[in-house]
Amino acid sequence: MKLSREQVRHVATLAHLALTEEEEVKVQQQLSAILEAMETLRELDTAEVEPTSHAVSDVGGWRDDVAKPSLPPEKALQNAPARVGTSFAVPRILE
Amino acid sequence: MELTDLTLLELSRKLAAREASSVEAVRGSLARIERLDARVKAFLLVDEVGALAAANASDARRKAGAPLGPLDGVPVALKDLFCTAGLATTAGSRILEGFVPPFDATAVRLLREAGLPILGKTNMDEFAMGSSTENSGFFPSRNPWDLSRSPGGSSGGSAAAVAARMAFGALGTDTGGSIRQPAALTGTVGLKPTYGRVSRYGVVAFASSLDQVGPFARTVSDVAALLRILAGHDPCDSTSSTRPAPDYLASVEQDVKGLRLGMPREYFELEGLDAEVRAAVDGACRAFETLGAKLVPLSLPHTKYALATYYLVAPAEASSNLARYDGVRYGLRVPARGLREMYAQTRDRGFGPEVKRRILLGTYALSAGYYDAYYLKAQKVRTLIRRDFDAAWDKVDVIVSPTSPAPAFRLGEKVDDPLAMYANDVFTLPCNLAGLPGMSLPCGFARSGLPIGLQILGKHFDEATVLRVGRAFERAHDFVRAPPLGEA
Repeated sequence: MKLSREQVRHVATLAHLALTEEEEVKVQQQLSAILEAMETLRELDTAEVEPTSHAVSDVGGWRDDVAKPSLPPEKALQNAPARVGTSFAVPRILE
Repeated sequence: MELTDLTLLELSRKLAAREASSVEAVRGSLARIERLDARVKAFLLVDEVGALAAANASDARRKAGAPLGPLDGVPVALKDLFCTAGLATTAGSRILEGFVPPFDATAVRLLREAGLPILGKTNMDEFAMGSSTENSGFFPSRNPWDLSRSPGGSSGGSAAAVAARMAFGALGTDTGGSIRQPAALTGTVGLKPTYGRVSRYGVVAFASSLDQVGPFARTVSDVAALLRILAGHDPCDSTSSTRPAPDYLASVEQDVKGLRLGMPREYFELEGLDAEVRAAVDGACRAFETLGAKLVPLSLPHTKYALATYYLVAPAEASSNLARYDGVRYGLRVPARGLREMYAQTRDRGFGPEVKRRILLGTYALSAGYYDAYYLKAQKVRTLIRRDFDAAWDKVDVIVSPTSPAPAFRLGEKVDDPLAMYANDVFTLPCNLAGLPGMSLPCGFARSGLPIGLQILGKHFDEATVLRVGRAFERAHDFVRAPPLGEA
């Protein structure tokens, strides 16, 4: 499977990554090679096989929905690159 | 003989006998870090003040006759993937530089509550993506057995710290081999428990259906002692098992008479398996026969599909998990005019090449039109790989194999060839895809002097048998050695 430059750009947009021209070229080559190696899975007939999302069956279980104290705002915000009062601040999203 | 030459349990016994103090042990470790780590580069951060405070508290408890944890006072190190309250946590990434978590990961809390001083945070491949530590956003770590070589990865810093005797034990994480492969390459013991055996809460997520926390130490019993502290259910991790954890130390000395050890043809006959590795692992198998175990050749027919399966499933999960690094709540923010521009610039500047590669691969495998062909297909093949093991467990109690196809490789040797780097994980990946416990322990040395690792895989939640088999080998053939490091 060979990826086109347009596909690389599209995937980068989906992933919120701003790739440089140089990165685009390298990623196009490397991902194409990796995807080609993945083609081996096509040899297998999996029409009747159920997918596995977690391999261990007896894990999990939900805890009761009980309110508990959580981080105080000062602690939750201590790593914020920018904040306004008790909120995270982001660049303007509406013109 | 220095304190740092003791194994974790030897130190614990010495502390109990009041022949040494925790402060002396921590000072011993810190002095060794000071002396050696400029060359080994295992640590990203050393917390001298915190470690000494914890050691003082431990010594005070002991003096006062207060209740003590099972390894109270024994200093350990943490892979920098574990959130530590008040102590910077980077996941090996520039995008998290300066991040100070407001809470402890559950595994860290359990160690602290048991009284183990934390020496610092160890280097790793960025977000645990890699097999060499060369993907660290900061610097590569070096193998204490040969400083021009990699200690493996992604938990390479933890492995190197334990191998160089800078820490008595350490925590790592293993998503596709990131504990077992560095353990093999550094001559240490590393255990990846069953998926769900140890809480993942507060561990920076890479691939959530595969990630698991586990210990490194110099001996199998040391690893068993650490697992006893870590294992158990955590209400903060809904995938952690409620199954009670046994006392692993209580069963570790049992012999292996009559146990059935599976030797998967696909692992032993791999093209590219180093001849010396093969010879050492064959030697280990013969040793098990001498000890009364039965060797059973078997087939895991879908082994050759594990690499492709893993490198679709793990990047897909990573692309989702790493969406949170957007410059809003923590870590790096590159200022930009608009929100989307800020996201993209921050992520481009903050992530290294391998992380970007995996995010893009995962995003592609999940994107409209490709989901069925890649991600869903990989999940289905994952079922086939899991069934291979299910069938094997009818015939054998554990599976033995090499951990890594070759001893430690040189830094720079594979860093520009992602597929060659991924091939390091060929023996370790299937275990994660199937959620099984797996351990690596030393089983010999190559002529170059580099250590070779033996992998033991077990049934779900049967760490006890994996440890017992490892310990039986270790008792008969002790390959625990100190790396040269140019000092007496």
